[in-house]
Amino acid sequence: MHNVSQTSQAPLVEYLLRLGDNALILGQRHAEWCGHAPALEEELGLLNVGLDLFGQARHWLGYAAELISAEGGQGEIDADHLAFRRDAQDFRNLLLVEQPNDDFAVTLGRQFLFDAWHYHLLSALVEAKDSRIAEIAAKSLKEVTYHLRRSSEWVTRLGDGTEESHARMQRAIDLLWRFTGELTEADAVDAAMREAGIAPDAEALAADWRDTVAQVLTHATLTLPDFDAWTYRGGKQGHHTEHLGFLLAEMQALPRAYSDATVW
Amino acid sequence: MSDAIQLIDSDRGGLPQAGAEGDMAAVMAVLQEVLDPEVPAVSVVELGIVREVRWVEGRLSVAVTPTYSGCPATEVIEAAIHRALVTAGYADPHIERRLSPAWTTDWITEEGRDKLRAYGIAPPVGSASKRSLLGPEPQVPCPQCGSLETERVSEFGSTACKALYRCLSCLEPFDYFKCL
Repeated sequence: MHNVSQTSQAPLVEYLLRLGDNALILGQRHAEWCGHAPALEEELGLLNVGLDLFGQARHWLGYAAELISAEGGQGEIDADHLAFRRDAQDFRNLLLVEQPNDDFAVTLGRQFLFDAWHYHLLSALVEAKDSRIAEIAAKSLKEVTYHLRRSSEWVTRLGDGTEESHARMQRAIDLLWRFTGELTEADAVDAAMREAGIAPDAEALAADWRDTVAQVLTHATLTLPDFDAWTYRGGKQGHHTEHLGFLLAEMQALPRAYSDATVW
Repeated sequence: MSDAIQLIDSDRGGLPQAGAEGDMAAVMAVLQEVLDPEVPAVSVVELGIVREVRWVEGRLSVAVTPTYSGCPATEVIEAAIHRALVTAGYADPHIERRLSPAWTTDWITEEGRDKLRAYGIAPPVGSASKRSLLGPEPQVPCPQCGSLETERVSEFGSTACKALYRCLSCLEPFDYFKCL
């Protein structure tokens, strides 16, 4: 079994893992709703959004796996290997996407906070100088535009709904807010990707995300938390909350138990 | 003609003659028979996912683009195209998956739209653009009775590419092929 090392990877590989892991982990959270959603139509919606995200994860992780394989030292690996054979500290997803589903408001609140960021990020990555990244981003952006539309509608409907739905939506935003800081905070990997003509300017991305969030939350009659509040960080660098390990244990159980299986 | 040669002939007797290199029409005729497994009313050609047909050093190569990133039918469709071409006599055709430019419902042909409607699925309304994705809901005519009095039930229907609607006139629920 090969471990994807934490520190020695090229910034491009790190960046692709971030993109792929965000989509993979959030997609897995959606898959957990299977058989549990409040209505059949919403279950279809949640699982189809998850399916889009799995498809995107496959593209990003497939590219990352090619680069890791070409670099040598870790053997020939593929997207499945990255998804199913890495441990929590090797994942590079945002803390936000690994948070538990909780209730429908938290699931949709998490989706909205992520979609608003994902949409603006992909809109910029369409112009990336790396053509593989640009084409995966262009493909993903169409789907994510629709995701943002859907999650914005739900935040608005619940926020500007009944007393209970409003309270639950506000609770969801307040609960998740402490994980949003790293969405807009650039580290050395982001800076290197910016330098390479791939990642967008961090401040411009932050401003776009804040605009969309402020606009939708205000429209939804919700109280906008403080953008400068203290937040947790570390997901992008592999320091996760306790929730990721449990998610991976479920997601990876089968491929790890039957590691010689070639057909599922 | 000797018996031996006839035997060899009869071994290959079930296989039709493939079109000659460069004969696009012959290839397209084969692809026209390959249906989308999730919407078996339209062919891969009518769906607009066949992006290029060419010969590379004598080998037939067909470029196919996925509809959605996570479309579970992607591999099934590629295998079906491969099988259809081999059955039609093309030896070892290459199926290339191509992401760019990203598929749009604008590529669904007029015949494809008519077939979707006849199958009970409302085809995409208008043209794909950011505005159509973030703007107001389109007015989707009911594929059963043609009424414009319809409403959306859910953003997603039986597959990622469709939304669920219902007709307020004839009361039938129906799938709408979203504009992407």
